[in-house]
Amino acid sequence: MKKLGNRPSALIEALHTLQQVFGYLDKPGLTFVAAVLKVPPSQVYGAATFYHYFTMKPQGEHTCIVCTGTACYINGASALLKSIEAREGVKAGQTTADGRLSLLTARCFGACGLAPVAVVDGEMESRLTPEALQQRLERIGVHAI
Amino acid sequence: MQSDELKSIAAREREAEAARTACINVCAAASCQALQSDELRKALTQAAAEQGYGPEACTVRQVGCLGLCGAGPLVSVEPSGILYQRVQPSDAAEIVAALEGPPVARLQLDSGMPFFTRQHRIVLENSGRIDPDRMEDYIARDGYSALSTVLHEMQPADVIAEVAKSGLRGRGGAGYPAGLKWETVAKAAGSPKILVCNADEGDPGAFMDRSVLESDPHRVLEGMIIAAYAVGASEGYIYVRAEYPLAVARLKTALRHAERHGLLGGDICGSHFTFRISIRLGAGAFVCGEETALIASIQGLRGTPRPRPPYPAQAGLWGHPTLINNVETYANIAPIIRKGGAWFSQLGTGRSKGTKVFALAGSIQNTGLIEVPMGMRLRDIVFDIGGGIPGGRRFKAVQTGGPSGGCIPGEFLDTPVDYETLTSLGSIMGSGGMIVMDETSSMVDVARYFMEFCMTESCGKCIPCRAGTVQMHELLGRFCDRRATPADLQMLETLCDLVRNTSLCGLGQSAPNPVMSTLRYFRPEYEAALVSEMVGAGGAA
Repeated sequence: MKKLGNRPSALIEALHTLQQVFGYLDKPGLTFVAAVLKVPPSQVYGAATFYHYFTMKPQGEHTCIVCTGTACYINGASALLKSIEAREGVKAGQTTADGRLSLLTARCFGACGLAPVAVVDGEMESRLTPEALQQRLERIGVHAI
Repeated sequence: MQSDELKSIAAREREAEAARTACINVCAAASCQALQSDELRKALTQAAAEQGYGPEACTVRQVGCLGLCGAGPLVSVEPSGILYQRVQPSDAAEIVAALEGPPVARLQLDSGMPFFTRQHRIVLENSGRIDPDRMEDYIARDGYSALSTVLHEMQPADVIAEVAKSGLRGRGGAGYPAGLKWETVAKAAGSPKILVCNADEGDPGAFMDRSVLESDPHRVLEGMIIAAYAVGASEGYIYVRAEYPLAVARLKTALRHAERHGLLGGDICGSHFTFRISIRLGAGAFVCGEETALIASIQGLRGTPRPRPPYPAQAGLWGHPTLINNVETYANIAPIIRKGGAWFSQLGTGRSKGTKVFALAGSIQNTGLIEVPMGMRLRDIVFDIGGGIPGGRRFKAVQTGGPSGGCIPGEFLDTPVDYETLTSLGSIMGSGGMIVMDETSSMVDVARYFMEFCMTESCGKCIPCRAGTVQMHELLGRFCDRRATPADLQMLETLCDLVRNTSLCGLGQSAPNPVMSTLRYFRPEYEAALVSEMVGAGGAA
């Protein structure tokens, strides 16, 4: 924030930094940003909820982000998503009750040549099948419920 | 940096290149990186050292996108031009051993296949041939020479005239003539003027801008600096998606190098021209690709569009005259200056000049990034360059323009691809996503998929888009579940018309396109989804 001169226009950048450090945006963080940038809290909350990249929920220990871009969609992304939803008992956007896994979706990673893809704990898995994705989760110790 | 310094760097690089036995290029764009091309590069470097090649005899380097993403990780060898596909680290020793002999046949990719030979690369001319993190590589391939020419030999008006002569149109989708836009900003009253590069590539299934930024970031910077000089801007922003961390990292490196060498900042190249560029991260809102929403987002606000006029060219960022162009538009500028507007305008069709980069994906043999002259037939792109549909399935449609575009069926495959023809077919050029669908895709389902996208991405400012997309999505759901009535079909068409004509910005205005184009070409699929007893009554509809 300081780098951008503590101006209101630094809001989005500040939220990026906040999420990078804490993993999600919480109320004290947002209040702090509002105070430093002299932006009304409503505007900070507005931006935090408007942009899909920001999340206000703490994430699970592991994350699995299934790409739902057009190429992935044509090549079976919904089957991937359904299989993990059934396996872990969560819907996209939710975290399992034990906090082990957050299942998320992304608009498009731009790796359409490898569709369908998912990013598991920051690593991209390409040309996936539901079985391959389940095996990947098994390897990081996320088991079926 | 002065022009003689540029020349001496270029000469030094070329000398080093000539002294080398070979150069092994490993694709390090996001797609190949996802296939562990980093490990591969390490293995190749090690193998080269083990087989007695010093770094001056054989360089193993990272390069940008080699194009055929579906066959990654890709490796190319210079000067022989041999291409290898699906290379694993365990193949490294074999590849190095074959440097001065016959190539490794089992990994070789035919570089004479139409995918490579039918392309015409301008924007991607360096892609896959230079290390994106080394400015010297870019300079060795005439990089920044156009900037030097512009600053020392041309007046801003000459630059604009050259761009106007080239016939270049905005590559972000709408196709507004670049020269005209530049001229408007140049003439606009008010200072400072601001330049923005729109790298918020939000269309799902499109990855042209990501590839350009990851493969040849200096090309975009050079285009931006030239544009800034032409319109008199002193401040520039690149608004790039946060979902593209590699592109952001490469851009930051490129910016740092350009600043250090005096290509950005004060007194650029020894002239009195000053220009600085900052990066702003997007945060996953598709609507921010719309220019007024993008401006709001850079200002730290929610990305909601506002009515135009005034256009950003008159009142943009913080009310200042602002030039906004897409990544690919800027990437075309340096070659236009180097080779002349007349050269560029020879390529392409009547009103669509030059080339276009497309991201070819979906149900197609050769997925990846291609650049072809405007006016190429869809059939040539899909079947010749793309290699057709895998698994013996039949072609059904090609989707262009993402959620704002439409699906084009088989009977129009012989259509030349340019801005006007795609619009007349009910689709749009868009930013360049091209998704091929085969007979297994349900068009109603595809229409619902895009409507779901637009519904979620609608910023909510205007009612036709906010409420209309929800209603259309619900209606399309009825078709997918086969519980729609003829009245639903009628309502869907009415809503398409309403949302298209009354929405505030491009997102809403084009949201009905996927529905309208599938209704136009695949109406029987909608009719087949009507509740069976109703088909008897309303089947003729």
